[in-house]
Amino acid sequence: MAVSAPPGGRMRGLLGRDPIGYAFVAPYAIFLVALFGYPLALSVYISFFDYFFAAPGAQVARPFVGLSNYAEILGDPVFQRAILNVAQFILINVPLTVVLSLVLAAALNAKLPFRVFFRTSYYIPYVTASVAVIGVWLWFFSRGGLLNDVLGPLAPDPSWLVSEVWAMPIIALVVTWKQLGFYVLLYLAALQNIPRELYEAAEVDGAGPVRRFMAITVPGVRPATTLVVILATIIGANLFTEPYLLTGGGGPNGASMSPVLLMYREGIEQGHAGYAAAMGVILAFAVMTISAVNRFILERD
Amino acid sequence: MATSSATERTAAQVDRTVPGGRISWGRVLGLAVLAAGAFVFLFPFYYMVIGALQREPNPGISGAFPNPANLTLGNFGDINAEIDLVRTLISSGIFTGGVLLGTFAIGLLAGYALAQLEFRGRSVVFNAMLLILVLPFQLFMIPLYVVIVRTYGLADNYLGMILPFAVNATAVFIFRQFFIQLPRELFESARIDGASEFKILRSIAVPLARPSIITALVVTFIGPWNEFLWPFLITKQQDLQPLAVALANFISTVAARAPNPAGAILAGAVVLAIPAVIVFVVFQRQFVESNLGSGVKG
Repeated sequence: MAVSAPPGGRMRGLLGRDPIGYAFVAPYAIFLVALFGYPLALSVYISFFDYFFAAPGAQVARPFVGLSNYAEILGDPVFQRAILNVAQFILINVPLTVVLSLVLAAALNAKLPFRVFFRTSYYIPYVTASVAVIGVWLWFFSRGGLLNDVLGPLAPDPSWLVSEVWAMPIIALVVTWKQLGFYVLLYLAALQNIPRELYEAAEVDGAGPVRRFMAITVPGVRPATTLVVILATIIGANLFTEPYLLTGGGGPNGASMSPVLLMYREGIEQGHAGYAAAMGVILAFAVMTISAVNRFILERD
Repeated sequence: MATSSATERTAAQVDRTVPGGRISWGRVLGLAVLAAGAFVFLFPFYYMVIGALQREPNPGISGAFPNPANLTLGNFGDINAEIDLVRTLISSGIFTGGVLLGTFAIGLLAGYALAQLEFRGRSVVFNAMLLILVLPFQLFMIPLYVVIVRTYGLADNYLGMILPFAVNATAVFIFRQFFIQLPRELFESARIDGASEFKILRSIAVPLARPSIITALVVTFIGPWNEFLWPFLITKQQDLQPLAVALANFISTVAARAPNPAGAILAGAVVLAIPAVIVFVVFQRQFVESNLGSGVKG
C-alpha cells in the first residue's frame, strides 16, 4: 500500500498514517531485539573470543582469538563426524519423507471414507513430545525388544541403538515417522492448487494413472517439495533429543553425535561458550546456504 | 475364486456408498494405503499404553496383546514416586501458560499493527519476524544461555524458561494473515466515531479473529508443552522441571533403579502425551487449517 501523507501535519507524514502502530508493535519489537537480535550479535561476538564460563563473580581473561575457534572446529574430527551424521540423516529422511507423504497425501485427496480419521492419526506423532515417543522406540528397538523378537536370528548384534551402523539410520527413521504427518498436510494443501482440468485433459490424451502422477502431480507440488527439503535440513541440523536420549548421548564412538549435542557438550558442560557459539554460527550458515541452493535448484523453472 | 469375488463385492459396495467413485480397484488400493499408514502411526501409541500397563515388561510379540493377568496401574505409581507427576505437570502448565499468555497479549497486538496500521518501519518488524521463523535455534542456544543464565540470573526460574518462547512467531504470522484480509473500511467508521485503536481491536477485531486466535494458540501450545532442550538447559533444580525434562532425566539416569523401568518410562510417556493429543484431537480442524494456509503460501 502506498503511504500518502495526509494533509494534517508533518509528524504524521514522517511516522506514517497510524503512529499508534508503534505502541502496538513495541512489546514485540522489544522482545525481538532482546531475545533474538542481541543474542545473535552476542553469538557472533563471543565466537571470536576464548570465552568460557567461570564461577559467578570470578574475573577471568577472555582474550580475542580471531578465527581460531572456527579453525579448530573445522579441524575437529568429532565435529566432522557430527556433520557426516547430519548428512546421513538427510539422505535417509528426505527421500522417505517426500515419497511417503506424497503417496499418503494423494490417497487422502481421493475423497475416500474415514478421511478425517486417517488425517488425524497421521498427525498425532507430530503433536506428541519427542521425549514421550522416544520412550516407546527405546523399548521397541531394545535388545530383547519387539523388533528383535520378530526378526529372531536376523536381529543385528550389537542391537540397533548401540550399533555404530544402525544408530543414525534409526534416528532418521524415528524422526521421519514423527514429522511425516506435517508433510502429508503440506502436500495435501499443495495438491489443492493443481487444476483438475490438467488431469482430465491428460486422461483424454490417454495418460494412465502413473503417467498422470509423474507428469502432473509431482511437478505441481514442487514448491512443497522445496519446503520439505529445507525443513528436513533444519531439523537434521537441530537434532538433539533423539541422539541424546534414544542412543544414549550420541551413540557408540559418536555414531549418532549431532552438532547441537556437541554444542551442548562443549558450550554448556565444558564451559567453552566461544567455541560452541562459533559452531552455532557455522551451522546456521551451512543451513541457510543449503536452503538457498535447494530453493534455487528446485524452483529454477 | 471365492476370495477375489468377495473383494470385488466390497469394492463395489464402497463405490455405491460414495457417489462419484469410478475405479473401484483404485479406491481399494487407496484405502489400503491409508489404513497401512494409520497402523504405522498409531501402533506405537497403542504399544505405549500396553507397555505402561504391564506388570512384568513383555517386549516380545505376545506383549503387543493385552494379557489380563499381567495388567496393572502400578507403573504410574512407580514413575510418580520418582518424578512427582503432579508437580511436573504444574511446571509444564506454568511454562505453557506463560507462553500462551505472552503470545496472545503481545502477538495479537503486533499481528494487528502489522496488518492494519501504517507506520514507518512496519516492514522491518515484519521481516525480522520472518527471519526468526527460518533461523535455526542452535544459533541462539549458547548466547541465550549466556544472556538468560549469566546476565539476568534467570536459571531455575519460570521467567527464564518462558522468555525465549514468549511470543510464538508462527502465531504472530497467523494473526497478521487474518487481519490483513479484513478491509480497512470495517474499522473506519469506528475511527470516525472517535473510538481508540485499542477499543477497535478489542471490540471489533478480536471477536472477528476468534477462529484464528484459537488456531494460533493451539499451534503455540504444542511448542512449550513438548519442549525439551531449553528447559533442560536452564533447570538444574528438580522442582521446577517440566514433565518432558523430568521424564528425560529419568530415562537417561535413574531408570535402572525402578523395578520395571520400561513400564515406568512408558507410564510417564502416556501422561506427557495425553494433554497434547487431546488438545490436538479436539482442535484438529484448526491445525489442518493453519497448515493448509502455510502450504498454499509455500
